[in-house]
Amino acid sequence: MHSFGYRANALLTFSVTILAVMCAMASFSDNLNSPSPTAEVKVLSINWFQRQPNGNDEGQRDVEYIFKFAVHVYMEHKTGCFQWFFSLWDRDLVFVFLAAEYATPMNSLNQVSLWDGIIPSKEQAKFWVHTTNKYRFIDQGNNLRGKEYNLTLHWHVMPKTGKMFADKIVMTGYRLPDEYR
Amino acid sequence: MDWQGQKLAEQLMQTMLVAFALVAFLIGYWIGSFQMMLLIYAGGVVLTTLVTVPNWPFFNRHPLKWLDPSEVDRHPRPQPVKSKKKPIKQK
Repeated sequence: MHSFGYRANALLTFSVTILAVMCAMASFSDNLNSPSPTAEVKVLSINWFQRQPNGNDEGQRDVEYIFKFAVHVYMEHKTGCFQWFFSLWDRDLVFVFLAAEYATPMNSLNQVSLWDGIIPSKEQAKFWVHTTNKYRFIDQGNNLRGKEYNLTLHWHVMPKTGKMFADKIVMTGYRLPDEYR
Repeated sequence: MDWQGQKLAEQLMQTMLVAFALVAFLIGYWIGSFQMMLLIYAGGVVLTTLVTVPNWPFFNRHPLKWLDPSEVDRHPRPQPVKSKKKPIKQK
């Protein structure tokens, strides 16, 4: 500690090391809290349910069906759910997406993402959205007529420092119409 | 700085940094703001820099006793002994 430069160097190194320890403690404190939000999704209408002539992927010789539809989704996040995420101080943003899951003879689980969004801060965490799906609900074959499917709401929570964690809610009991529209 | 001052500076630096880090973490956790924690810690680092890095007088309270210039002449510096090496004769 005999010279100015020596002391400045020692101080800087030590302070940065302590900063790393503080960030590790902050991210560790996230593990102590595990939230559980609620959501409600209603499919208001299915506007368009067609087949696409250029089929693929399921290996049948006939023309395959690929369906697209537009769906109105009413989603409400009940009180204190996503806001709870931001009450923890180490949150940067929350990424949310809605996926439809169903089973077919070829694949036991199919997941199609219909909508996603980003919640950047606490003030916007309690919301309902009334929209059409962002991405098309397309099946690889001709399996969608009259199909029962679950809607799953997934969220990924991004912290400021530390490990991201993800979770989901499954809502069951939705059904596609039996004929094309 | 003298020896005692250097020791004091090092101890002060470590203690202050750890103390500010603890205070910053606790306050940040309590009010739920990551940014506030970082700000408090940054303020603490700056304060510690101002206290320990410059050469303040209180670090020099046990000054080293350097030899007086007048003493130097009375005790001349010992000279290294020159030894003569005999060359080794080879037959």
